[in-house]
Amino acid sequence: MAQFLQQIVNGLSIGSVYALMAVGYSLVYSIMNFSNFAHGGVIMFGAYFGFFAMTLLKLPFLAAFALSFTGTALLALLIERIAYKPLRERRAPFLYFIISAMGASIFLENIVIATIGPTFRTYPKVFSRTAIALGSIAVGRLDLIMFFVSAISLALLVLFIEKTKMGKAIQASAYNMKAAALMGVNTDQIVMIVFILGGILAGIAGVFFGMKYTVYPQIGNITTKSFVAAVFGGLGSLPGAVLGSVLLGIIETMVAGYLSSQFRDLIAFVILIAVLVFRPSGIMGKISEEKA
Amino acid sequence: MDAYLEGILILSGINLIAVMGLCLLTGFAGLFSFGHAGFMAIGAYTAAIFTKMLGLPFVFGIAASAVSAAIVSWLIGMATLKLKGDYFCIATLGFGEAIRLILDNFQGLGGSRGWPGIPASSTLLNIVILDIIGVVLIANLVRSRHGRNMIAVREEELAAQVAGINTYKYKMLALVISAAYAGVAGALLGHYMTFIQPKMFSMVKSTELTIIVIFGGLGSISGSVIGAVVLTFLPELLRVVDKWRLVAYGMAVIAIMIGRPRGLMGGFELTPASFRKLFAERKAAREIKAASRLYSDDDSAQGAGR
Repeated sequence: MAQFLQQIVNGLSIGSVYALMAVGYSLVYSIMNFSNFAHGGVIMFGAYFGFFAMTLLKLPFLAAFALSFTGTALLALLIERIAYKPLRERRAPFLYFIISAMGASIFLENIVIATIGPTFRTYPKVFSRTAIALGSIAVGRLDLIMFFVSAISLALLVLFIEKTKMGKAIQASAYNMKAAALMGVNTDQIVMIVFILGGILAGIAGVFFGMKYTVYPQIGNITTKSFVAAVFGGLGSLPGAVLGSVLLGIIETMVAGYLSSQFRDLIAFVILIAVLVFRPSGIMGKISEEKA
Repeated sequence: MDAYLEGILILSGINLIAVMGLCLLTGFAGLFSFGHAGFMAIGAYTAAIFTKMLGLPFVFGIAASAVSAAIVSWLIGMATLKLKGDYFCIATLGFGEAIRLILDNFQGLGGSRGWPGIPASSTLLNIVILDIIGVVLIANLVRSRHGRNMIAVREEELAAQVAGINTYKYKMLALVISAAYAGVAGALLGHYMTFIQPKMFSMVKSTELTIIVIFGGLGSISGSVIGAVVLTFLPELLRVVDKWRLVAYGMAVIAIMIGRPRGLMGGFELTPASFRKLFAERKAAREIKAASRLYSDDDSAQGAGR
């Protein structure tokens, strides 16, 4: 039982970081109906921003953290302006968006390899590595902080989307972009805001991921998993993305703990295929219909 | 021939086969795959089982690789082709990664350390022969009724459906054929390298193939052929700036999408007929020029006579 609870705790902590990434994916998907594969690159940059802010600029953790998510928000916005806006204006089919996103992702990964190099880097120690004992289970300080910061960021995001006028406009655009534009919503601005929000979450996720593991140029590949989580929960649905991520995190740690750590990565894709076959709209996704 | 040059030619020939299949799937049927490296892996391992383990001739290995990849793609197609485009592309991504991870963990075929000692049966000759067969088959398919139906599905699926085209069937056909091509390419790759490893068939490989198709121009077979050869040679020429190669690659992909979304050839085909047409146009232009000169000479002569 203790081991089971321990796995749940570990799963929750990793799942919460997946959730940060998956929500970024889902936000863009809900507005623009395409899978933003450049998101992984933005997360990777977030990890590097935080790392260099702390090692080169010697900033304290909170400042580095803020710098990192400001940087990724700008980066995400820049990618939107350069790689997607011209396509949006041309009303290009989604295929072109995906390819452009792929190009951006290749570019981001390789510019880091070419300039900084492919070496693995470790974050300086910020939090004490001694775990907090809660009865029979041990919770890492970093895990705990990861979980709470992720939960707070996601709660703020939900508040923003549910309670503000801008959030309502995002909801309207997700429902029907054309109609929202006719009702006076500045959809171009909405797209920018969505990318900024996704970028902020990507920065937070990048820093945490880099702290928990290491920083390296291929870190963005991990986002294929958050992407799986987004599909699992239902593409385009924010609560779905969170739920899918947390479930994926727990399932992964369970598989690693009880079966074999080698199947850890495999299970994500098995879930993906199973979801696509049996329930393509995910746990709580909007019903996917071809818009004619 | 120089062994180095021959090696690059062989690799571009192998890429060409995989790209031909993707050209049909992405360029003509409008489906986007992130998992074709997975089909290549299936082909490579199946062929190696046939030639290395069972000791059968290479031809059987190639045939088996095409069939096995086609069967797997058919199963995947049944599960996902009825979904909207984006989901299909996600499913292929999941499938491609799953295949790689399964092979990584399956010790019977070498696991993640790879599987050495595959007979070196791929030669430039048999690759060129397969390339020619592959291109001719696709070129004929595309110009048949089936090919036109695929294009209709790509252009406007709903309209194609209304016009009575079984869109599911044609998407499936494109998927199965492209997977078989990828399988053959995988078999050839394995028997050229004499060593296969799951890592060779990662998502990066799938992406690379798709980029070649886009670079060549969606819906152009000759574009894909040129793309496969150019983009296999290019990295070799750019060895000196190796690190920056993929940076430029990424930028180029975005630039193509924004500036020239139809790619290098963009629906235009290099065929004997198109050459004839080009020459005929040149000839016509020359004749018009000559005639106009004649006319103006005439004109000036008249003027002088007056």
